[in-house]
Amino acid sequence: MVKIKNPRDLETLRVKIQRERKKIHSTIIMCGGTGCQASQSLAVIDAVKNQIDRQGLQKNVHVRATGCHGFCEQGPIMVIEPENLFYCHVSAKDAQEIVSKTLLKGEIIERFLYVDPVTGKKIRTEAEIPFYKNQDRQLLAYSKLVDPKSIDDYIATGGYEALAKTLMGIAPEDVIEEVRASGLRGRGGGGFPTGRKWFECWEAPGDEKYVICNADEGDPGAYMDRCLLEANPHLVIEGMMIGAWAVGARQGYIYVRHEYPLAVRHARYAIHQMREYGLLGDNILGSSFSFDIEVARGGGAFVCGESTALMASIEGKVGEPRPKDIHTVKEGLWDKPTVLNNVETWANVPSIMLKGSKWFASKGTKGSKGTKIFALTGQVKNTGLVEVAMGTTLNEIVFTIGGGSKTGKAVKAVQTGGPSGGCLPVGKFDLPVDFDALTKAGSMMGSGGMVVMDEGTCMVDVAKYFLTFLQDESCGKCVPCRLGVDRMLEIVTDITEGNGRPEHIGLLEELAETVREGSLCALGKTAPNPVLSTLHYFFDEYVAHVEKKRCPAGVCKSLISYTIDPEKCEGCGICIRACPHNAVKGEKEKTHIINLLECRKCGICIAECKFDAIMVG
Amino acid sequence: MSTTSLNVVLKGRRSQPHQLIEVLQDIQDLYGYIPADAMKTVAQELGVPLIEVYRVACFYKAFSLKPRGEHVITVCTGTACHVRGSTLLLDQIQGQLRIQPGHTTDDGLFTLECVNCVGACALGPIIAHNGMYEHHMTPGKLRKIIGDVYVTKKEESRHG
Repeated sequence: MVKIKNPRDLETLRVKIQRERKKIHSTIIMCGGTGCQASQSLAVIDAVKNQIDRQGLQKNVHVRATGCHGFCEQGPIMVIEPENLFYCHVSAKDAQEIVSKTLLKGEIIERFLYVDPVTGKKIRTEAEIPFYKNQDRQLLAYSKLVDPKSIDDYIATGGYEALAKTLMGIAPEDVIEEVRASGLRGRGGGGFPTGRKWFECWEAPGDEKYVICNADEGDPGAYMDRCLLEANPHLVIEGMMIGAWAVGARQGYIYVRHEYPLAVRHARYAIHQMREYGLLGDNILGSSFSFDIEVARGGGAFVCGESTALMASIEGKVGEPRPKDIHTVKEGLWDKPTVLNNVETWANVPSIMLKGSKWFASKGTKGSKGTKIFALTGQVKNTGLVEVAMGTTLNEIVFTIGGGSKTGKAVKAVQTGGPSGGCLPVGKFDLPVDFDALTKAGSMMGSGGMVVMDEGTCMVDVAKYFLTFLQDESCGKCVPCRLGVDRMLEIVTDITEGNGRPEHIGLLEELAETVREGSLCALGKTAPNPVLSTLHYFFDEYVAHVEKKRCPAGVCKSLISYTIDPEKCEGCGICIRACPHNAVKGEKEKTHIINLLECRKCGICIAECKFDAIMVG
Repeated sequence: MSTTSLNVVLKGRRSQPHQLIEVLQDIQDLYGYIPADAMKTVAQELGVPLIEVYRVACFYKAFSLKPRGEHVITVCTGTACHVRGSTLLLDQIQGQLRIQPGHTTDDGLFTLECVNCVGACALGPIIAHNGMYEHHMTPGKLRKIIGDVYVTKKEESRHG
């Protein structure tokens, strides 16, 4: 194995890889991310490779299994370059046809083309698809170019050039100044200026310092960090190394959720490849910088996304937060100065060093610079990862890129910021998405989860959902969070069960204030947000539940009943078989009847009925 | 419980208390749960008090102190899956198998678990069947998955 001993070795290797790549005529790029793997993309990749071998095309055609392309709903996804042809929903049995027709004869197979759900037209190239066209993909652009298991792929795209440039001639103070000037703020949700954090750690006394990558992406509905780490672990590690050089750390940790096994594997493999090339260890690239890195798996506790709890977890302890009167940049991991940044924050660092802070700051709004990746999910047509410049409006994200409602029911709200964030109504969709505008509107940008909700979503139920989540995930150390969230959940549950009283709403607000003020860490401090934002924007729904004992969206079980519409029921028997509680009775081809005493209103019959005959009232 | 495999897990990690969570993760993968005896060995080998090992094993959701069923069905209850009906999936399993999340059926065939998010939100609702993701799940599909397991089991026992 060659060792990269200095920047010249790195350049020589890069030129060599690039020269070899030029001989390749076509590249088939297949997504092998978690989403597409769930759609059996690995079988497709094998089948395509098999066909290429069988037809003797190995020399001219390269198959690259990459990380997530972000358009998971269309998976398995295949892009053929240089034509930029985009095929979706391909399966292993289609491999032969694709290789013989498209690769050998240049024919386009119509049935694999993407159909724009808005216009109904078929689209040939990836670049023309509205979902991609309207994004500004800076970080996600790499995902297509790099096989996460190939350090050579990363080097070919200019990988570790920023590190070499930094180590060879930029002093730590100047690196920090460059990051500060770029205006980069923490992508994990806090939005703390990265340059300031680094500076505080740099000036903290002590020789032993640490850098940590927070990949404990616990917000339900967010998966940007998983994709980045899965698709391009070297980019994240390069960012961490530049940060380590700047603050004077020799050891780094990547803390990943154990629920992301592929991200764990790819990060570990990247570290292994770097060690082989000599890019980790002593005197990296011939400089005075020595650094090593380890992967630590989380144990499935949401609170470990909080910095002090995360550090406790790396130390092998229970993940409980501690008061932050002394910041972690002074006393963090093992009480040593520590910089903890989120995956996306680290991933932004190499391009800031390479292209300059001015380039980075040219995108975004006054207070929030650069681009941000969002996970657009829920009741929207195009679900997936969306990277746009900060300041893009919710309208553009949900309607232009997302294509609007998936179900035909009107879009009602978007939930941002996970359990710490809130729900913003359609009326607020002209808001520019950045750290400050969303916080001002009562939500927060958070790490980037965006769950679109339509008229079929009950907002009181959403508040209950988040409280249940937070009650489950509260570590229990401080009373306001442990008991406050519990009581809030009791009240909201009463409201959804038809036992709500008018005074409950004032009590909820009072409790929310106490939990916000009195909790130890950000989990508790932001826990009331989902309740407060739904109370603020969807007060009518609370009133309907409390006063009229009615759930307008038809979700809260105690306030609805199921009946079968005799006009629509064909007597097919599907609902009888589907009901797990044996509540539906009836004979074949005769109208079926729901026994209201047995019915648990689980909604399974609604999902299964082909004639739309189950009525909720 | 084989001591050899536990030795493999502990290799290079002895007397390093900060490796506790990593070690427990590997034990969980190895046995499907954390056996009491393994906790005692880990406490001794890493130099962590047994009560601390127990506390960590109880705190983190990744660890189960009870053996799990042959088929672990994990329902993702993340926000994106919730708005697309993951509660229907829970209702289906609870109705069909008569167990609550965190529990195993009496025959030891199924364990039902919930996870807050597996990060495949665009394909929701998602379940994992022994770690393999199944996307766009419906109560009907789930009913068939569970039913198929019982059919296979029956055939196996018939053929001895």
